Amino acid sequence: MTTSPFDSALERREASLLGMWAFLATELMFFGPLFFGYVHARIAQGDAFVAGSHHMHIVLGTLNTAILMTSSLTMALAVRAARDTRPVRTWLALTALLGLVFLGIKASEWLMELGEAANASGGEARFYFLYYAMTGLHAVHLTIGLGVLAWLWVHARRFSAAYHMPVELTGLYWHFVDIVWVFLYPMFYLLERYR
Amino acid sequence: MDQKNRDSPYLPNYLTEGFTLRSWLTTNDHKRIAILYMVAITAFFFLGGAAATLMRLELATPAGDVVSAETYNKLFTIHGVVMVWFFLIPSIPAVLGNFLVPLMIGARDMAFPRLNLTSWYIYVLGGIFTVAALIAGGVDTGWTFYTPYSTTFSNSNVILVIVGVFITGFSSILTGLNIIVTVHKLRAPGLTWFRLPLFIWANYATSLILLLATPVLAMTLTLVALERLLHIGIFDPALGGDPLLFQHLFWFYSHPAVYIMVLPAMGVASEIIPCFARRPVFGYRFMAYAILGIASIGFLVWGHHMFVSGQSMYAGMVFSMLSFMVAIPSAIKVFNWTATLYKGSITFSAPMLYALGFVGLFLIGGLTGLFLASLALDVHLTDTYFVIAHFHYIMVGGSVMAYLGAIHFWWPKISGRMYPEIMGRIAALTIFFGFNLTFFPQYLLGWLGMPRRYHEYPPEFTLLNLFSSAGAAVLAVGYLLPLCYLSWSLFFGRRAGANPWGATGLEWQTSSPPPPHNFEHEPHVTRMPYDYQPVR
Repeated sequence: MTTSPFDSALERREASLLGMWAFLATELMFFGPLFFGYVHARIAQGDAFVAGSHHMHIVLGTLNTAILMTSSLTMALAVRAARDTRPVRTWLALTALLGLVFLGIKASEWLMELGEAANASGGEARFYFLYYAMTGLHAVHLTIGLGVLAWLWVHARRFSAAYHMPVELTGLYWHFVDIVWVFLYPMFYLLERYR
Repeated sequence: MDQKNRDSPYLPNYLTEGFTLRSWLTTNDHKRIAILYMVAITAFFFLGGAAATLMRLELATPAGDVVSAETYNKLFTIHGVVMVWFFLIPSIPAVLGNFLVPLMIGARDMAFPRLNLTSWYIYVLGGIFTVAALIAGGVDTGWTFYTPYSTTFSNSNVILVIVGVFITGFSSILTGLNIIVTVHKLRAPGLTWFRLPLFIWANYATSLILLLATPVLAMTLTLVALERLLHIGIFDPALGGDPLLFQHLFWFYSHPAVYIMVLPAMGVASEIIPCFARRPVFGYRFMAYAILGIASIGFLVWGHHMFVSGQSMYAGMVFSMLSFMVAIPSAIKVFNWTATLYKGSITFSAPMLYALGFVGLFLIGGLTGLFLASLALDVHLTDTYFVIAHFHYIMVGGSVMAYLGAIHFWWPKISGRMYPEIMGRIAALTIFFGFNLTFFPQYLLGWLGMPRRYHEYPPEFTLLNLFSSAGAAVLAVGYLLPLCYLSWSLFFGRRAGANPWGATGLEWQTSSPPPPHNFEHEPHVTRMPYDYQPVR
């Protein structure tokens, strides 16, 4: 018996978009203490952070960055396809695939670094703690994104120029998660690497 | 729609829409969700109140004879956790905000009705974890979870409570998000921003804080839990961390949280006072700007909780100055409420007594806040009963008074019945008297140097503590009274018309209780709010 609180599809669309942006503002603040903790720790124990950064697998990290950026492109193409009432499933599947590859590479990195992280002490232990916490939280967000992509894929036939809000909102979320990685990559992989 | 029809008790309304428990637990109607919240927070209010009662019982005599020190620690922790996160923060936004925001702006419902119901379930889930922690033996860190005690030394159920608070935070966030989108997108035609009731402004500003501050608490508490579980982290100095980092992050949320509690209360006072003074609110635009001013400066003052923590002296000076600056918009509001009364035709009905009580107690609480914002004085007053008295004047004298005033003011709209007026006034006065008797002596105790969070004290503090405990008994009676007569009035109260107070808000233009979708015809707004005429 739910009656829509909105008078028109346009009003509903605008409300959904505003709601998503508000949610992303919350998400940003949710990551906030980790970024703040990182800044604090890096100022206090800068050398340990540089040392920790040199133990990261730069090739895998860079490859992963490229993969995730490409997934943003395919996500944007999915949104555009939905807007133009063209098939979206290929783009959604491609986005999800790239996300999965990213998670696979990330997981193998975590396993490779586990031994070193377990034996680290002092500033380097904090570096690894923040590394696992921040990339872990990022991966959780990416996993949720994959779930939403799967849901979109199942309901792909519903979307058209008139109704494609779920695809558009997922796009916003996906780009947000990618942007977080754009910050995480230099913070953990590139500290004074070429000094 | 003629007047006779509008006042008919047999008009279909949101309460008669379904009578089964299922119809309540699966509703998407913002008014029913508000009632669900009201029931839940009332239960938590009396749980937190029971803990406070035991504490005042212990403190009636200097010796620690009623409960052990450990039990006392658990009592004040559970009192703080329950009252802050499970009563005060959801009180006005989730109960009255949910009920009134769509009605006041002429909308059929909140923007996201299903999300609204979800946020109630999230709240209940968080509550279950917290109650489970209580049953499992409680927690003794204080509601502030200061590290390294919470991460390393405490042997109580820290993680269970943190999980409860973490979950409940998301219910706050979703309620805030819903209110923001609703106010932006669902205002009736003609209802411009500067025609909005101040209650809407207040809940809008509160929602911004809920949205931007709550996630910081969620992540900070997650880090505490991780550090406790894994023994690596960023807070414990023994592990190379910094406990001040925790305090900064915690108060970055928890100071704005004070404004989450008091801004909606200010919105309530701004509705009740013009109605019972029959005067438009004085300086409407300044009232709206003051709300936004408090909400934004409120984000920049958290360091005044840390003056004696060893943070940099320059940081202390800046935080002190910014804290003084919050007093400016707060004072504007108090002056404007007072100016609204000037030459008004005042009726001292129960809601008005609560609203006036709110203004007076908020004034005392706010001014004593300036004592604490002064660097040198704070060294003397930190962690004494002066702090306890100060924030209870804001949170209980301010927020709880306003919450009760709002419940009485909108009771005819919510229930379709009038509360018994004489009983309402007696309860309001009892609470005002009991509150001051409980907490004013605590200012004096703090000034004399009695520290907070101890279950025993030197005998020279006996008399003032006895006053305080006696006041707590009066206060308890005062809080039980509305519970009784409001429940009674649900069945036996006189039927209320659409607009028993002759108030101007849109919510009074529909029947009481409102129909499921609020308005039979979408209202068109052509006038300023608070369009009151003096009684000749």
